[in-house]
Amino acid sequence: MSAGHAHGAPPEMEPAPAVPSWRLLATLGFAGALAGGLIVTVYSATLPRIEAHRAELVESAVREVLKAPARWDTLYLEGGVLTKTPSAGADRRQLERVFLGYTASDSVIGAAVTAGEPGFSDVISLIFGLEPTRGTLLGMKVLAHKETPGLGDKIEKTPFTSRFDGPATPLRGVKSAPSTPNDLQTITGATISSRTVVNIINNATSRWQPLLQAYLRGGTP
Amino acid sequence: MSDQVPATFDDFLRGVWRENPVVVQMLGLCPTLAVTNSVANGLAMAMATAFVLLGSNLLVSSLKKWIPHEVRITSYVLIIATFVTIADMLLEAAVPVVHKQLGPFVALIVVNCIILGRAEAFASRQSVKRSLLDALGTAAGFTLVLVLLSAVRELLGTGALLGIDLLGPRFEPWVIMVLPPGGFLTLGVVMLVLGWHAKRSTGRANGEGAA
Amino acid sequence: MSDLTWILLSALLINNFTLTLFLGLCPFFGVTSKTETALRLGTANVFVMVITSTSVWFLNRFILANAPYLRIISFIIVIASLVQIVEMAIKKLSPTLFRALGIYLPLITTNCAIFGLAIFQTNRGYDLWQGLAFAVGAGLGLTLALALMASIRERLDLADVPSAAQGFGLSLIIASCLALAFMGFAGLGAG
Repeated sequence: MSAGHAHGAPPEMEPAPAVPSWRLLATLGFAGALAGGLIVTVYSATLPRIEAHRAELVESAVREVLKAPARWDTLYLEGGVLTKTPSAGADRRQLERVFLGYTASDSVIGAAVTAGEPGFSDVISLIFGLEPTRGTLLGMKVLAHKETPGLGDKIEKTPFTSRFDGPATPLRGVKSAPSTPNDLQTITGATISSRTVVNIINNATSRWQPLLQAYLRGGTP
Repeated sequence: MSDQVPATFDDFLRGVWRENPVVVQMLGLCPTLAVTNSVANGLAMAMATAFVLLGSNLLVSSLKKWIPHEVRITSYVLIIATFVTIADMLLEAAVPVVHKQLGPFVALIVVNCIILGRAEAFASRQSVKRSLLDALGTAAGFTLVLVLLSAVRELLGTGALLGIDLLGPRFEPWVIMVLPPGGFLTLGVVMLVLGWHAKRSTGRANGEGAA
Repeated sequence: MSDLTWILLSALLINNFTLTLFLGLCPFFGVTSKTETALRLGTANVFVMVITSTSVWFLNRFILANAPYLRIISFIIVIASLVQIVEMAIKKLSPTLFRALGIYLPLITTNCAIFGLAIFQTNRGYDLWQGLAFAVGAGLGLTLALALMASIRERLDLADVPSAAQGFGLSLIIASCLALAFMGFAGLGAG
């Protein structure tokens, strides 16, 4: 439909052998209707699989960085407060969200937080598990990046990713083996990429940890 | 009318080689260079483009009598955009990993000049059968170039083909080949070789003519 | 570095539209024989990109929020129609500007750089200001690439190139070197 009325002005204005303008409009209207019909049919046929794939992606990432939680809640950030149930008028897709994971005995494991910042060549986006009370990390998984193959892309592989199991925030990127709980060893040859990962986590932690703590104080289920 | 021209095998062959969309007509460069960093991506892009090309040529040639000249380009664009949207959704449903790798470049098929070019220059005038053969040939030619480029780039850039390691651990990958400059370079070398070849064969033909 | 600055610099240099994303290659290889022409085409591009970015933001925000499957169709049609209207408006209001930019406007309407801008902006979920920074960065990045290519070509006209290498092949090799040089900008935005 939005395609249809954009044609108010037919693109070619030269005087042509008289084709009545209603025919032009009718053709475009018909083409638009045909296009719309086809697209909507395929859309409704493919939507369940596409949504399942997307949900699976989120699920596997959350599972990975929260060390296989028994279940988790999706918390939405609305009006500066985390809530499980955003107000009815709000569009959930527009709200930022974190995933709060629980053990089988309903104690909080931690929250899976997504964040992203510019790295060496483009934005690196990742998800990490944060234990909100102590501020320690549970795990990290890179979701998307365009870093140099063979150098910067080591940020999405072990051993680098396994270094995010256990350290305390704020992280401090170091070049050698860690000596304090806050140290995180960066990658030689991918200093900027790995330092970006550290910065992303530090910035996201300082933003989300207070929100998560407030949510947990406000009453855990 | 042109409808009387029977469909021949040449309708197919023309697009593959003599009028190859990329190396002869120099169309569709954006996908050719952007997604050929691995054979899997190149193939997926080629398949998606082939789908759109077939669909749009089919529809344009069968509807040509009803589309007034004044709004033809708009109608073609509308048809192409429809098939691109469908290809995008099908790809995401069937192979989400590849879809993620190709990212926005699937949607960008809509501005691939090859498709609009074939619709306007061929399908709008010819029979359905010929248009389909033309689309198949053009798609085959496009696929050929994409697979060739992506094979060279993946092999040199990672030492593997389709993810299978071929050159062994002692091979130091030319990482640059899977990065943007490698795309320009590989196609550039292909064009230089073709240019050299064309030069040589015309030279030889002239030489023979003189003798 | 602030968000907007990064978006602008990224589209301009680090992830240059033409040299790393391969968008707008047709004018890059087609229209770049003179620097003057390249600069004008580039300016027209910046102009169209700003219009595109604004209208795409509007479409995404108010019309397509619940119909993502209509994106491709509506972007291409809205952009094409809008540029046409703007072209007519410029022709009427400012003949000077029209002479400078006018003939390039229809040329770039269906250019993949314009459509690429719309798609990238949507995928990254940019808001209005981010979209504008992105459009200006991308447009200037394209202008830069066109101008560089054109100035190299002007110089190349005087060079003695092997006959087999004349034309497209050579342009691609030059583009490859330019792309290589632009890789040096990577890391500019990282803290």
